Amino acid sequence: MCGIAGLFLKNRALEPELGSHLANMLAVLTDRGPDSAGFAIYGQGNPGHIKFTLRGPANFDFAKLAAELHVTCTVDDDHAVFVIPESCEAEIRAAIAARPELAIIATGSRIELYKGVGLPADVSKRFSLSGKSGSHAIGHTRMATESAVTTQGAHPFSTGPDQCLVHNGSLSNHNDVRRTLMRQHIRFETQNDTEVAAGFLSWKLREGARLNEALTAALDTLDGFYTFVVGTESGFGVLRDPVACKPAVMAETEDYVAFGSEYRALVDLPGISKANLFEPEPAKVYFWERAA
Amino acid sequence: MKTALKHAEPDAISFDLASAELRTLNEALQALDAKTNETAWNILNPRGAHALAVGITAPVNVTIDGHVGYYCAGMNDGGKITITGNAGPGVAENMMSGFVHVLGDASQAAGATAHGGLLVIEGNASARCGISMKGVDIVVKGSVGHMSAFMAQSGNLVILGDAGEALGDSLYEARLFVQGEVTSLGADCEEKPMTEEDKAILAILLKKSGSDAPVQNFKRYGSARTLYHFHVDNAGAY
Repeated sequence: MCGIAGLFLKNRALEPELGSHLANMLAVLTDRGPDSAGFAIYGQGNPGHIKFTLRGPANFDFAKLAAELHVTCTVDDDHAVFVIPESCEAEIRAAIAARPELAIIATGSRIELYKGVGLPADVSKRFSLSGKSGSHAIGHTRMATESAVTTQGAHPFSTGPDQCLVHNGSLSNHNDVRRTLMRQHIRFETQNDTEVAAGFLSWKLREGARLNEALTAALDTLDGFYTFVVGTESGFGVLRDPVACKPAVMAETEDYVAFGSEYRALVDLPGISKANLFEPEPAKVYFWERAA
Repeated sequence: MKTALKHAEPDAISFDLASAELRTLNEALQALDAKTNETAWNILNPRGAHALAVGITAPVNVTIDGHVGYYCAGMNDGGKITITGNAGPGVAENMMSGFVHVLGDASQAAGATAHGGLLVIEGNASARCGISMKGVDIVVKGSVGHMSAFMAQSGNLVILGDAGEALGDSLYEARLFVQGEVTSLGADCEEKPMTEEDKAILAILLKKSGSDAPVQNFKRYGSARTLYHFHVDNAGAY
């Protein structure tokens, strides 16, 4: 069992509240996943720059490293977001690779990704989620089944630029799909089944598919139980397996599209009493995209 | 305290879950017996809570104002429970008797394993509605999802809308009535002629659930009884 929360804003006036809404949703979902939590939030982009989300050991001096590399940085606990001029990307990747205690866990023009072991409310607090703004965000509360309770095994997983995926369920053919994807030069950091689903979508997107096309292809390739919520730079998608074992509730208003593993997670969103509430159908791709 | 709920009784006892514990409410409802004078209850601010109003054994009216989570009205034995919003998975699971009325939609496994009583869903029910039902009557005014009435043993499932894939898979002896389209029938489920007895049962259930859909619009499905005992020729159907 796991909990998923997602919020995609149509009304830009709500952007400053995005983090606080997601933090509330994740806290409600603690009893679906108390062992770890994480979230990806799509914040402001900066033309000509990309963001690296880095994770390091406790008390790592990210500010010092950022100063050495002449980039700006925002630190939250053991994570930091570096904003890097595109022209310096290769050089900075090399500098980070020279420090094996650091991991780059997400890159892209807008994505920032944070995850850790602990109760969802504590994880949200450690990474100051309530103070973060953006256009859409996806979060997850984990009750581990397929791999160990570690920071690496927490969701979301990001395997391509500005892409992330969270998962409730378990995949049965992930080893086979992982081997296939590794031959396509998709890189994996863990033995986790969910990372394979993320990698599969990244591969499809890299080959030119749109998010909805990549999700449709996942229906044919991935075997097992899943409710996925995925994010891209401008989009937000939902897919449930054909058997639909794992719960899902969605709410749509003029201002937002929200996803919750249960209605409880949506109950404090603004205007929820007038929202169109529905259960996403099995094996049907749901997809929202926002113009840049 | 009086409330102005449309579906509530005027002198009902009001219980606000915004300020009181769910467990306190369930204990109070479960403590009621057939002689109680506290026969009408209004539950406010359910906020999707799980296991609301479960295990009631007295003939009391409970109105829940809003959306509920998992297993609302589970094990109901004689209560009349109205949910004004949507219900989460397993509403009225294992009901023994009474009446559960969902005014919105129901999620998966509505009425699962229920032995008796009547479950009416005004909206749609998603997958596995009536799974393993054992005598309950279920009326869904909208459509139902896949694998509804899976391994249903007895009782009646009436669907005014459409049924999803594999309706009545591995069915025992429940009657299934569908007014709309059936995407596909499950293993060992077949259309059967509508007998006079079937028509009478359907007419009563439509009346009880406040529907004016004509009996002649429905098709009746039931078990072909070929999978009751293992036979090697049927191995592919299990």
